[in-house]
Amino acid sequence: MHWLTRLMGIFFNLFEPLFRLGQRVLGVSRIGWLFVAPNLMVFGLFTFLPILINFVYAATGGVKLMPFERPFTGVENFGILFECRNYFDIQTCRKDVFWRAIFNTAKFSVIQVVLMVGFSLVTALVLNRKIIGRGFWRGVFFYPVLLSPVVVALIWKWLLQSQGVFNAALVATGNEPIGWLTDAGWAFFWTVFVSIWAHMGFYTLILLAGLQAIPKDMYEAAEMDAASPWRTLRRITLPLLMPNLIVVLVLAMIRAVQIFDEVFVLTGGGPGSATTFIVQFIYQTGFAEQIHLYGLAAAASLVLALGLMLLTFVQLRLTKASEAGQRAR
Amino acid sequence: MSVTTFLTRTHGRGRLDWTDWLSYAYLLVGLFTMFAPILWLVMSSFKTESAIGQFPPTFLPYSQKSVTVQGHEKPLPLFLTKTESGELREMAQVRRIGIMATMVDPAKPETEIRVNINDRKPINELQFAGNNYTDLFGKFSFGKYLWNSVFITVVATLLTLLINSMAAFALSKYQFRGQKAVFMLIIATLMIPPTIILVPVFLVINSVGLLNSLWGVILPAIATPTGVFLLRQYMLTIPDELLEAARMDHASEWRIYWKIILPLSAPALAVLAIFSVMWRWNDFLLPLIVLSKPEFFTLQLALNSFQGELNTQWHYLLAMTVITLIPITLVFAFLQKYITTGIASAGVK
Repeated sequence: MHWLTRLMGIFFNLFEPLFRLGQRVLGVSRIGWLFVAPNLMVFGLFTFLPILINFVYAATGGVKLMPFERPFTGVENFGILFECRNYFDIQTCRKDVFWRAIFNTAKFSVIQVVLMVGFSLVTALVLNRKIIGRGFWRGVFFYPVLLSPVVVALIWKWLLQSQGVFNAALVATGNEPIGWLTDAGWAFFWTVFVSIWAHMGFYTLILLAGLQAIPKDMYEAAEMDAASPWRTLRRITLPLLMPNLIVVLVLAMIRAVQIFDEVFVLTGGGPGSATTFIVQFIYQTGFAEQIHLYGLAAAASLVLALGLMLLTFVQLRLTKASEAGQRAR
Repeated sequence: MSVTTFLTRTHGRGRLDWTDWLSYAYLLVGLFTMFAPILWLVMSSFKTESAIGQFPPTFLPYSQKSVTVQGHEKPLPLFLTKTESGELREMAQVRRIGIMATMVDPAKPETEIRVNINDRKPINELQFAGNNYTDLFGKFSFGKYLWNSVFITVVATLLTLLINSMAAFALSKYQFRGQKAVFMLIIATLMIPPTIILVPVFLVINSVGLLNSLWGVILPAIATPTGVFLLRQYMLTIPDELLEAARMDHASEWRIYWKIILPLSAPALAVLAIFSVMWRWNDFLLPLIVLSKPEFFTLQLALNSFQGELNTQWHYLLAMTVITLIPITLVFAFLQKYITTGIASAGVK
């Protein structure tokens, strides 16, 4: 390890003259700017600048990548996204895939978040009991969280393919094999299942931390009063866990709305557009299809951004309400 | 003490009641659901190409036994064959035409007999196909993909640690005009998920000439708001007197940063390093739009492109998936404590 320390010393000493100069010019307190500069440059170039350019793309048409080569079209991109002859029939919309993606994303988010928070809560409650080997069991549920979305999708694709183990089990019990990923209903079910499988450990961990922060004497008092476990759960555990539950709910919602990687590898958005979600629509419109419609993709991402802003707003409201509730108690 | 009393012992209460049994049942179901798919993947990755196409699949990697027979170049598959006299013999198949197969006894390679294909059964043996793994390096540019992934992960993590700790140092140990604004600006980027600025990020990367370059994936990702936040919170707990003492000794501000603050922040840096490794190793969407040429593919992109092929070569794909799993599994096995405390305290992922 000695050579490593020396190597680091040599590396950091390279910057010494620059910072000495900076210190002489700026003074001791303002040298802080020099320290934040690299970070701000990266943020500026790859986050703040893109936010601005995104509006330019959304307001221009054509297929050119360079913003100044693109003709100004105003709100036409949004018009294309939202144009329908009959608003009660998705098929009459100009970009029916966009509407399907929005519809799928909404359906997916609600179902997935409710189930995931439910399972995470049950798991956290079980892990919070007096059980042997809690660290091990916590690890069991947490391990898939670390896996890459591509790996997660491939694991399940292998199990669910037409010759996979699920169909083998069906055939062995005398049933017909099912096209798990080629039947629209089943494909949707598996996108929900697999994303819960991969992420519930994360939310379980946050809820478990919340449960362990609840003072033990609360439960002792409840036991004295001979409160039933069910009543203890409803009157003590859940109300005190509410702040964590809200965090988990909103975090899960924001992530669910942006679902892409796992589903893209697992089903490719199919069959048809049964599992095409909004981020995949943006990716396909802007990058994957023959003609790259950057403007349309940017417009769609602004719609997504609006949705996410609404969710964040709801979170702030809920947190405030819950805090007020805590104070009133 | 017997094993059962040890396992069923609980704190306080003397025996397990039904809720305990229910809890353990739930945990066991969880164990199965979480790990059976991964176990199945690992076992399948050791199957030979022919074994992997078999239906119904077996859990263990069985494949047909084969034998080298004099006069035949390639090893021949072995079958348990019912001969005309009705006895069962182990015979190798020379060729098969329609429903008739030509069989030969390995011990007597001169005499060939013809049997109906229904009168012979393949002889299977347990065989771990290690060449699924070794072939990856010869047949595909797997070494290249692995190198790309490792390079991106290591370089991006080192740069992440460097520039985020610098920013965190400035935001925790100095008072300068605009400091609050800078901090708020950085935290605000937490609210902007990369997915909604995909198109313009692509433009920027293209304009600075980093398209199809590993740096095009590294640079946009090295400034992370969670990293700055995590490190700043930690550095706030380092007493300012240490800095004052160093200034008395005429240490430059840069020296204070790397000689005093960095070593003292080691625990927080470790947590950020673990997260950064996981983020970069598992990254998918940004590499997907930036790296379109196969020679720049990361492991994740290579996995994705292989599974999309018409004839997916599952035996190679599964082996590749297992290799991609390994680093993350090691991180999990040895550093789980850091990760879980990191998540529980900061809510980062």
